[in-house]
Amino acid sequence: MDAAPSPEGELTVEIWRGGADGRFRTYRVPRRRNQTVLDAVTYVQRHIDPSLAYRFACRVGVCGSCAMTVNGAPRWTCRTRVERVARRGRVRVAPLRNLPIIRDLAVDMTPFFDKWARAKGHFVPSAAGTQGFAEVAPDSPERRAADAGVECIGCGICYAVCDVVAWNPDYVGPAALNRAWTLVNDVRDGDRAGHLAAAAAGAGCHACHSHQSCAEYCPTGLNPTASIAGLKRMAFVAALKGAP
Amino acid sequence: MNGRLELWLFVAQRISAAVLAPLVLVHIATMIYVVQGGLSAAEILSRTQGSLWWAGFYGLFVAAAAVHGAIGLRTIIREMAPWTGGSLRLAAGVAAGVAAGVFGLSILVLGFRAVGALT
Ligand code: SF4
Ligand code: SF4
Ligand code: FES
Repeated sequence: MDAAPSPEGELTVEIWRGGADGRFRTYRVPRRRNQTVLDAVTYVQRHIDPSLAYRFACRVGVCGSCAMTVNGAPRWTCRTRVERVARRGRVRVAPLRNLPIIRDLAVDMTPFFDKWARAKGHFVPSAAGTQGFAEVAPDSPERRAADAGVECIGCGICYAVCDVVAWNPDYVGPAALNRAWTLVNDVRDGDRAGHLAAAAAGAGCHACHSHQSCAEYCPTGLNPTASIAGLKRMAFVAALKGAP
Repeated sequence: MNGRLELWLFVAQRISAAVLAPLVLVHIATMIYVVQGGLSAAEILSRTQGSLWWAGFYGLFVAAAAVHGAIGLRTIIREMAPWTGGSLRLAAGVAAGVAAGVFGLSILVLGFRAVGALT
């Protein structure tokens, strides 16, 4: 934050203020070399208006708490450099889409994680007594499928960008289903069929239209669309085989 | 609501799509052939009437189209209708199901009437 101001001088930052019925307010922030959008928002909070509400923790793309809508697209603000997104010296920062706004840039993540639970996105230990190390061959198909989706940090960007979530408020969304897919493929899990049934229930994996917006925007480079397609395929076969 | 319903609708949607795909291709190819060949309506009817093959072909076509179209319509209504986000959700879902059911039945009735006239 204490790098010398770059020659461009000032950045105009429009920030959403208030709840769902709020509006954008404009702030002027000195430009810095390698400044991130999170740096700009932090500057506003520290130097202009301490009442600005927003979230961050790690500042290095690990915790997933700083996701906001930057110039219309969801992004990790800590990993988004101003020079990449500013248009004629302006950046517009809004809260994530598809989630209730608490205030300013902070959204309520409760629906996101409630749906995560509904899709049974948690590991189920296998029966007691299996104490030894589980051996999972690194090149087994299950391990590869789980590997492809396991690096999710729960930032909610895919959830914010998914149109089906916007159209169908019951839809559990890409992150929860991606997580379910890793568990369906986790040979150590004690209830893989249960994960599949939960992911396929109601507005679960079958509500997805395979738009791939989630895959396009996931900053970790995951492909929830592929995970959801895997769930659909597996649920299809299980249904034809008469799974409960 | 409907824990397993969406799964079975998806299965029906996929299977009807798999049935429809080759039928549509044969249908289009036949249309092009018939038009190019300059067959009159009477000449067409003389070939299709009494033909079990064409009755089966278009009977299956109508059934698959009714299933596929109805499920698709239900999804479109549920996602696009403005009232699906509010407190009327359950009623809206039922209404979409009823509308799609009526649509599917209409296709069945009209379709089989046409198949009956053709064969
Ligand atoms: S899948 Fe990607 S975009 Fe979605 S929550 Fe996980 S890390 Fe974020
Ligand atoms: S692929 Fe599915 S989950 Fe991903 S954005 Fe599209 S509808 Fe949403
Ligand atoms: S602050 Fe942790 S990911 Fe951005």
